[in-house]
Amino acid sequence: MNALLETVDARPATDRRRPPSRRRRSSIGHPRLTPYLFLLPTILLFLAFKLYPYLSAFWVSLTQNVGGVTAFVGLDNYIRLAQDPLFYTALGNTVLILVVQVPLMLALGIVLSVAFNSMLLKWRAFWRTTYFVPIVMGLVAYGILFRALFDSGDGIVNEMLGAVGIGPIPWLVDPFWAKISIVLAMTWHYTGQNAIIYLAQLQSIPGELYEAAQVDGANGWQRFWNITMPGLRPALLLTVILSTIGTLQLFDEPYVLTNGGPDNATLTIGMYLYQNGFRYFDFGYASAIGYALTLIIAVISLIQFRLFKEKTR
Amino acid sequence: MTDALVGVRGRRTRSLVLTTVIAAGSVVMILPFYWLLIATTYPSSEIFASPPNLLPGPAFFDNLSGLLTETLFGRAIGNSVLIASVYTVLGLVVCTAAGYAFAKFEFRGRGVLFGAVLVTLALPSQVTLVPLFQIMVTLGWLDTYQALILPSLAMPFGIFLMRQTMLAVPDELLQAARVDGAGEFRVFSRIVLPTVRPAIAALAIFLFLGQWNEFVYPLVVLRTPESFTIPVSLASLQGIGTTDYGQLMTGTLLSVLPILVLFLFLQRHFVAGILAGAVKQ
Repeated sequence: MNALLETVDARPATDRRRPPSRRRRSSIGHPRLTPYLFLLPTILLFLAFKLYPYLSAFWVSLTQNVGGVTAFVGLDNYIRLAQDPLFYTALGNTVLILVVQVPLMLALGIVLSVAFNSMLLKWRAFWRTTYFVPIVMGLVAYGILFRALFDSGDGIVNEMLGAVGIGPIPWLVDPFWAKISIVLAMTWHYTGQNAIIYLAQLQSIPGELYEAAQVDGANGWQRFWNITMPGLRPALLLTVILSTIGTLQLFDEPYVLTNGGPDNATLTIGMYLYQNGFRYFDFGYASAIGYALTLIIAVISLIQFRLFKEKTR
Repeated sequence: MTDALVGVRGRRTRSLVLTTVIAAGSVVMILPFYWLLIATTYPSSEIFASPPNLLPGPAFFDNLSGLLTETLFGRAIGNSVLIASVYTVLGLVVCTAAGYAFAKFEFRGRGVLFGAVLVTLALPSQVTLVPLFQIMVTLGWLDTYQALILPSLAMPFGIFLMRQTMLAVPDELLQAARVDGAGEFRVFSRIVLPTVRPAIAALAIFLFLGQWNEFVYPLVVLRTPESFTIPVSLASLQGIGTTDYGQLMTGTLLSVLPILVLFLFLQRHFVAGILAGAVKQ
């Protein structure tokens, strides 16, 4: 976790070291209670709205509402979850979106950032802005917008495809194409953000490395694979883990774009949790799904973290 | 740097090709916005016309007045502005104070508390959805502003960002102020906060944008249309069958427009916020 967070630190390396050995506090030091006063709001809010809910969710996941009375049922919710075909559908959908969308988006992000960084590109600042703009759009807003664009009957996307003799494609009503729609919408929304993160990392790679490689006769591809990609690794690790965590919690897009359909083809774990909790008011089961999600995220993040760390050596 | 060995002509061609490709991609990125803009100017019946409308129509003000009089969207705008603003101000206070404590003081429990902040960064927020709902029911806070504002004020990412930034403020500066007789609050507000102003600006944008666009949690704790925020209101406008697309698209535009304008003025801070905010929740 620490190395992951380290990469977020965008300040120049000189600022990063701690101030040289803290001097012993003189008589004009601060009163001992001072740090606790500054932390008081955080501690109170944290206990009330983070720690308590997390612990409470675990307790709730061990209970069931039977005829209006909350009853302790042990691991029943988890056993039910392990045998629930709909949960596996949701898990499968989520993982499928993950393995298609995340690599696609990250690859595009890398290509874009290299282009943004290249002297060959004219009006760089302008293009950067246009690719970054989708980020400001809220998930619901762009979900609604893409639903209109992908409208199977007469959405503009099919109109345009029709003009070149393709389609119409049943974007939101076909199980396969509904997943593609979500992947496309997410890619549109997030690619610019990743490109900007990579660009910041690219600018920290010293130019001499490229010059030296050039003198040694390395061609463009060799320079990309041997200098650019290794240089990008910290940003890559960060974006891979964050996109994974984000996608595993996917909720807004399928809720607005497809409402989980057709025939549960875009039901995600996040949506399934919401449905059980707030449509069927089965709080125990919803909480069990939440903890299963936590476990899945922890395992996947750990694996990714390990993989990247080994490659770095 | 890659271009030194390529002749001037080759360089020009490559530059042209690259710029064209990026420009084409940029059109794809902007096209949905353009379509949205056009869609707000047509009545529902003509939004999905074939061939599609490419130039603005006459119905924008009809859509706008319909949206504001026939639905509670105006109310939702007010709610969102108020909630996001108050949330941003309070969030800044909480996060800067906590960041300061973690960065500049040694005290018992610091390691444990900061560890807790870091762990919460990685936990999925959906786990707390049910308990938070139950807390709000118990407190009688469903449909209230505080239900939306309080729970995420002590944002782990914000605290982390503030701590990192404040570590770089020299201790000598603080000690000098103390020698001059400044109280602890004065040191914090007059010395530390002004020094880290750029990071505060980035965090402010990050907080505002996050709250403005937040969906699932408000969806859970807001029950009556009078209390809806913009995203919840938009989702509710998108009913089955009877959706007025002209109004829906106008609402969608109104939800993006203020942020878009802000973005064009404050681009640098936005980018800083997103870069730092790459660690969301």
